[in-house]
Amino acid sequence: MSQIFQFFPKFVLEPRLEVSGKWVILSPIIAIILTLFSGVIIFSLLGKDPFLALYTFFVQPLTTMFGITELLVKATPLVLIGVGLAIGFKANVWNIGAEGQFTMGAVFGGGTALLCQHTESILVLPLVLVLGTLGGLFWGAIPAFLKTRFNANEILTSLMLSYVAVLCLSYLVHGPWRDPAGFNFPESQIFSDYAMLPILIENSRLNLGTMFAILVVLVAWILMTRTIIGFQLRVVGLAPTAAQYAGFKQSGLIWLSFLISGGLAGLAGIAEVSGTIGQLLPSVSPGYGFTAIIVAFLGRLHPVGVLFAGLIMALSYIGGENAQIEIGLPAAVTGLFQGILLFFLLACDVLVRYRLSHRSVLASERRE
Amino acid sequence: MSQNKAKSKTGQLDEPELAPLLKLSGITKSFPGILANDAIDLTVKQGEIHALLGENGAGKSTLVKIIYGLLKPDAGTFEWEEVVLSLSNPAQARSLGIGMVFQHFSLFEALTVCENIAIADDQKLNLKTIALRIKEVSDKYGLPIDPDRYVHSLSVGEKQRIEILRCLLQKPKLLILDEPTSVLTPQEALNLFATLENLASSGCAILYISHKLAEVKSLCGTATILRNGAVVATCNPKLETAKTMAELMIGAKLHNIKRPKKSGSHDNRVQINKLNLKSNDPFGMDLENISFDIQKGEVVGIAGVAGNGQTELMAALSGEVIQTGSHETIFFDGVGVSTMRVAERRAMGAGFVPEERYGHAAIKEMSLKDNALLTTSQKLNLIKKGFLQSNEICDLTHKIISDFDVRTTGLEMETGNLSGGNLQKFILGREILQNPRILIVSQPTWGVDAGAAVFLRKSLLDLAARGCAILIISQDLDEIFEICDRIAVLYQGTLSPLINTESASVDQIGLLMGGKTTE
Repeated sequence: MSQIFQFFPKFVLEPRLEVSGKWVILSPIIAIILTLFSGVIIFSLLGKDPFLALYTFFVQPLTTMFGITELLVKATPLVLIGVGLAIGFKANVWNIGAEGQFTMGAVFGGGTALLCQHTESILVLPLVLVLGTLGGLFWGAIPAFLKTRFNANEILTSLMLSYVAVLCLSYLVHGPWRDPAGFNFPESQIFSDYAMLPILIENSRLNLGTMFAILVVLVAWILMTRTIIGFQLRVVGLAPTAAQYAGFKQSGLIWLSFLISGGLAGLAGIAEVSGTIGQLLPSVSPGYGFTAIIVAFLGRLHPVGVLFAGLIMALSYIGGENAQIEIGLPAAVTGLFQGILLFFLLACDVLVRYRLSHRSVLASERRE
Repeated sequence: MSQNKAKSKTGQLDEPELAPLLKLSGITKSFPGILANDAIDLTVKQGEIHALLGENGAGKSTLVKIIYGLLKPDAGTFEWEEVVLSLSNPAQARSLGIGMVFQHFSLFEALTVCENIAIADDQKLNLKTIALRIKEVSDKYGLPIDPDRYVHSLSVGEKQRIEILRCLLQKPKLLILDEPTSVLTPQEALNLFATLENLASSGCAILYISHKLAEVKSLCGTATILRNGAVVATCNPKLETAKTMAELMIGAKLHNIKRPKKSGSHDNRVQINKLNLKSNDPFGMDLENISFDIQKGEVVGIAGVAGNGQTELMAALSGEVIQTGSHETIFFDGVGVSTMRVAERRAMGAGFVPEERYGHAAIKEMSLKDNALLTTSQKLNLIKKGFLQSNEICDLTHKIISDFDVRTTGLEMETGNLSGGNLQKFILGREILQNPRILIVSQPTWGVDAGAAVFLRKSLLDLAARGCAILIISQDLDEIFEICDRIAVLYQGTLSPLINTESASVDQIGLLMGGKTTE
């Protein structure tokens, strides 16, 4: 049992008696430190001053008000999607297709906005938001149906549906929804002001969507820790047989997980187009739906953790852009950093359930 | 950990003419949180049947895993035929002549006997040679088996024969058997004993692990008794009584429990009429024409060797598997429940305790509080408008812990840290505190220490005295005879008629467990 893993003859990994609360917090922090350390090495190899590069990447974006608002703008979709995914992942429902649900949110909500282009009513915005959320919900319902009805693997179906959604959007903006006055560019018309989320801070892109993200974090936190639904989701994720024994409806919980994560991804999608972009483009997401998977795990599948993880990932996007402009680092560095971070996070996770001990120390402990 | 390492030597053990085959001294092995083996000394001589006695958790399995090269000791020496060795893996142990028959078989159901033995064969013989050798060895030791039969068509006793034959083909000098009779009927066990005696007389030493004292007394010449990881005594079981050995094993006096006389009231709480159920598992057991009833305040026991349909029966009764048939076969309180799901059956006042504790009856990674909520969430006012009522859940958890004497460090403790006995007290306590009208329990005391087992059986009898109808599915015949009013035997998915415990004999039940009737 204790011989699960050995790397040095003198060091062994021993299972802990209980999950270490300290390490649940420490492991992501150590992962971040190790990522920064790797950054120093990578920047040095690229021939840049590593400390200037790290400063440009991680600190400089936060020194201006505009930088901070941009950070929040980027973090908003990541947090919205990440919270939904975290709920599903807790229940062992592997929705990998948030990118598609995000896109469908943009299609349904954006389509509504285009339809109401000439309606001057304050009801347009709520309608756009609701339809956007429903779009994501609908796209999430397909893998849920396939899973509960035919036991189809949701990882494959949800992932493949992402590409379908992206191609749908691409068709619409290249064809029927293309702006007639847009010089043949594949773009829709700019939405009317009635369909746009209000800006919170003048001269920035920070909009009401960010408030939605904060609200969603709070509601999800309460849902997961204080309600019977959250309890059932946790049980079904940890021990499906026990959930069956307890009398929880498994297919209902699968549906719920997909509807929550799909709906939130849809909301993120419509918030992005009606808050930040203002029109439909062939691509409305720089991969938010996939990055949110990292965000969910970096945040330990806990809504509050996801909030912080979303901010960190957003910083890596903003910092990457900043580093491209300021010191000419390649764009790939952003993806590289995200990958390294996930790698270290998973590696450090071992320490939550295992502890590293020295062989000779152990032997003497046992003697006592 | 126990400081009591006094070794009392009773009986005449020293036979100077035989050099020890295996000599362990000071074997120590610890796992996080427990000292599984504490400076154990053990000597096994050629041709002797040596018992290793102890309760669950006493360290028997750890010790034999060390002997078989599966675990490395932290300290101590291992001497084989007077040479000090350090085993690194089971293949090395087999090459020395150590064979082991595990409690849980590792056989491929879809392969033949011969193929199963060939897979694990270190000598890489071809199938024909192996078939010949199987015939030869099985004739010699009275282990009849057809090498070309498929394993899934064999009984548990026959499957065990494959495991034994697999070892015998390696011509072992020491054969280790881990609780070999736990899956056998009493009659099959007698056949096994004859084989083992035959083996021992041909010079093979046998290390026999058990907690059943009667069989150790009749079979073994020496017994080493373990408690809390340490040797507490080495004795000759033929010179001891079962009671003295039991008290050495447990380290305390045992109290018997008394089954109250039944008043003979007629209030049909559970009625099963011709239940048929096809198993989802290709190697599972289909249930055929099962009928029985349980009256108010009655304890009914279902005996039988594991794998004869117990899992399927439990799932059908709890509603985890729903039958698709058209007519009602399961009645609780006179109401047909065949198409009801688990939650609806619970709402009717039924409680269930499945055999598997972790992952089924409780969740390892969750706190005791969460586990208390697992089956009680519909009842006991623990939820208001979908929100968990934290105070009420804490109160319930406290009540389970205090009423059922669960030893814990607190409500937030991860349930995986409970010992087997404490976990089962917690699970049974959770069901009993819901005041069930019907309670269906599978293997109530399997793998539980003797003290906790007595407590659990007493709790079940108290519950029956308050009017609950109880069904116990158990492999432990002693337990069934101790607490049940009526007994039936499950064999190959069919159930024998119920027999009153007063008029039933162990022999009769044993024969039914092997598929034979007394006539």
